[in-house]
Amino acid sequence: MPGMTEQTRTSAPAADVLDVAGVSVSLSGRQILDDVSFSVGAGQFTGLIGPNGAGKTTLLRVILGLQRTSAGTVTVAAQPRSRRNPSIGYVPQKILLDPDMPMRARDLVALGIDGHRFGVPVRSRARREAVAAMLHAVDADRFADARVGLLSGGEQQRVMIAQALVSQPRLLLLDEPLANLDIRSGQEVVSLLARIAAEQQVAVLLSAHEMNPLMPVMDRVVYLAGGRAVSGPTDQVIRTDVLSSLYGYHVDVLNVHGRVLVVAGPGGDGHGDEAAFAAPPAREAG
Amino acid sequence: MHQLYTWVFEPGFFASAPVRTAVVIGGVAAVVSAVVGVFTVLRGQSFAGHALGDVSAAGGSGALLIGVTPLPGFIGLGIIGSGAMELIGIRRVRGRDLATGIVLGAAIGLTALFLYLDTSASATTGATQQILFGSIFTITSSLTIIIAFSVLAVGAIAVIWRPLLLATVSPDIAAARGVPVRLVGLAYMLALAVAVALSSLTVGAILSTALLIGPAATALHLTRRMGRALILACVTGVAATWAGILLAYDSYDWGSSHQGLPVSFFIVAVIFAAFLLTGLPARRAAARPRPASAPAAAPEEACSRAS
Amino acid sequence: MFAGFMMNTWAVATIVAPVAGVVGFFVVLRGSAFPAHAIPKGAFAGAAGAALIGISTLLGLAVFSLLGALGIGVLGQRARRDVATALALVMMLALGAAFLSRTTEYEPEIYSLLFGEVLGVSSTELLPVAGLGAACIAAVLFLYRPLMLSSSVPDVAEAKGIRGQHIEICFLIVVALATAMTVPVVGALLIFSLMIGPPAAARSFTSRPVLAMALSVVIALVTVWVAIAASYLYNWPIGFFVGALGAVAYGAGRGWAAWRGTRRAGAASVAMPAVPPTTARA
Repeated sequence: MPGMTEQTRTSAPAADVLDVAGVSVSLSGRQILDDVSFSVGAGQFTGLIGPNGAGKTTLLRVILGLQRTSAGTVTVAAQPRSRRNPSIGYVPQKILLDPDMPMRARDLVALGIDGHRFGVPVRSRARREAVAAMLHAVDADRFADARVGLLSGGEQQRVMIAQALVSQPRLLLLDEPLANLDIRSGQEVVSLLARIAAEQQVAVLLSAHEMNPLMPVMDRVVYLAGGRAVSGPTDQVIRTDVLSSLYGYHVDVLNVHGRVLVVAGPGGDGHGDEAAFAAPPAREAG
Repeated sequence: MHQLYTWVFEPGFFASAPVRTAVVIGGVAAVVSAVVGVFTVLRGQSFAGHALGDVSAAGGSGALLIGVTPLPGFIGLGIIGSGAMELIGIRRVRGRDLATGIVLGAAIGLTALFLYLDTSASATTGATQQILFGSIFTITSSLTIIIAFSVLAVGAIAVIWRPLLLATVSPDIAAARGVPVRLVGLAYMLALAVAVALSSLTVGAILSTALLIGPAATALHLTRRMGRALILACVTGVAATWAGILLAYDSYDWGSSHQGLPVSFFIVAVIFAAFLLTGLPARRAAARPRPASAPAAAPEEACSRAS
Repeated sequence: MFAGFMMNTWAVATIVAPVAGVVGFFVVLRGSAFPAHAIPKGAFAGAAGAALIGISTLLGLAVFSLLGALGIGVLGQRARRDVATALALVMMLALGAAFLSRTTEYEPEIYSLLFGEVLGVSSTELLPVAGLGAACIAAVLFLYRPLMLSSSVPDVAEAKGIRGQHIEICFLIVVALATAMTVPVVGALLIFSLMIGPPAAARSFTSRPVLAMALSVVIALVTVWVAIAASYLYNWPIGFFVGALGAVAYGAGRGWAAWRGTRRAGAASVAMPAVPPTTARA
């Protein structure tokens, strides 16, 4: 039976763009991440899958250099992680763009180039062309001059991806990009990302709590539950024995009409997060 | 022992009529403000709560101009102002604060005009001061009317508090359950207008805002359960008010000038101190990092534990 | 109205309006209407205190507006921002009330500090006001890119090394300086109106950021010039016209946006609960 944190490399002749080794994070006495290790190579599309509260966002923040670790190292493009890494493009989970904000899609993408520098942007042809090229690559020409806050969720997502890619990063991180999208927009975003990963040889790490939309394009998966992770090719990780061992109680991995379903087995009474993950959402307001 | 007693309660404190009035008026204002204030803090509408004080004051100075008692002016323009803020405001917080700011700017402009036009000499001297800072020791309006309107405001909140809470925490789910979100928001704003108009008139603009936001925020530092938060807010508000009155009374005997300091100063200082002190342990609990765009307080928790 | 004694007023107003327009562009972008109102209002308390002990009111204004900005910034990191702003404001006002209680000879000065005074500008004030104004505009232009990034997509800004807390405090300090220099003409209570009305209108007319900033400067200039002229002609306080014109500008902007129908229903601002449609969760 594969070990808890063993990784299986399919092929790695080139150096990995992202290498996470033995990362642990504990906060206020709670162990959020426990000895997590995996790597992502150039052009690989890796899904970071796990229930809500499993620590996906925390892990992404660790990679971005925004979260302290109690153990482990992270290497991005052969450099140790730092607070501001130009090799990383980031698409956050929460995107709240004011509909009245005077900013076009074009302007937002331009900020991806030099938004972190002081001063007023210098209008240069190179800059304009880089922005235009990236908008074209994400198929956003149609609404490049529209107000960013008025675009639909899927359109905003594409603009955010363009913003992340315009600085030509080696690694692209996306935090739950599909969470608020309808199925069709989600599919468009996923195939867009797969195409970009292949064409530009960017390493893509994308977190989600629902893995089915990613199955067609995902090379590898990092499955996170209860702070622990298993990584490897999809068919080697998404298995009853592997996931049961990870969760610490029995779960069944079912294949229903080509879709994957993870269900807590009878008598499964693990931690609240994991049990809720397999059951209908218990969180209601009011 | 007797010395300690007179050191805390300077002679004449309990016998003084202005003190007794202040204690009653201040207590009522504190309770009404605390109840409305808890929802104000949860809804992130502290700006509206403060702005309505200035808007009501415009009504007050208008009333002075035409020689009427300020009360109808305060309440009237307060209601118009809050209605305007709600109706032109958009649901997103930024749009709402902007609408509040615009209405406020217009109201302040009106105040400037009314105060300027008020030609009666005895009214303008100190009119600015009275309108802006208020005086807890000189209440002219009938106590009965004030209490009646206060009961109205608190009663309105009591009636709508459950749908209001749901609409505050999750407007989408509230709408899905058939709660008339817009209407509930408007009703809340009107109750807020009445509460703020009353407290601005009775205890002044500074205390109006301080009693609205401070005790509520302090209570929400300590608990996330609605019932407890409301009670704690009332207790904190009343305690701060009475402590402030006492300190102000005693302050006349401090120092060589024997002038004392205003009541509003002491009450605000106590409220501020309470807020800071209760915020300290809360800071440790909030040490978990969150994405930059997340608000500092999570109203969702208040709803999930609504008592 | 262009007599010698009025020239100072025109000059100061022409310096004040662009500052209000430029700083106000970000005030509106960041939803900082409350701090923009609270900082000058609280600073007024300091001006009262300064006059009490005989220092120049401008200095008292500057010091207290900075104090207010820092108070809001620091408190805002441990509490909701609107709560922090409200409490910082009332604390400063309470101090102001304490100062004012010490003396009784205040009325006309309070009024002009609060609501502005057309004739209250002396030529000695011109140079410091111009200097402060230039510094404010320079500061905003220096912070332009990080401000745009952290105001629109704060998480991306964090990832690029821009700490939201630092930017917020820097920005509040700029607001403080801007209000300190603009209070003398427009008044503590209405300078914020000049900082939110024109930019709110400007952004309705264009979606290009730099153009929106330029337009808010233009609208602020027009507002303040009309207000001075009207105040001079009708003898009514300048603050009244500033507040009224701010509302008019905002209304015009909203009306234009509505008429152009640029509002798409279901804009992404409303987040739907992320419940997968089927039970297929993995």
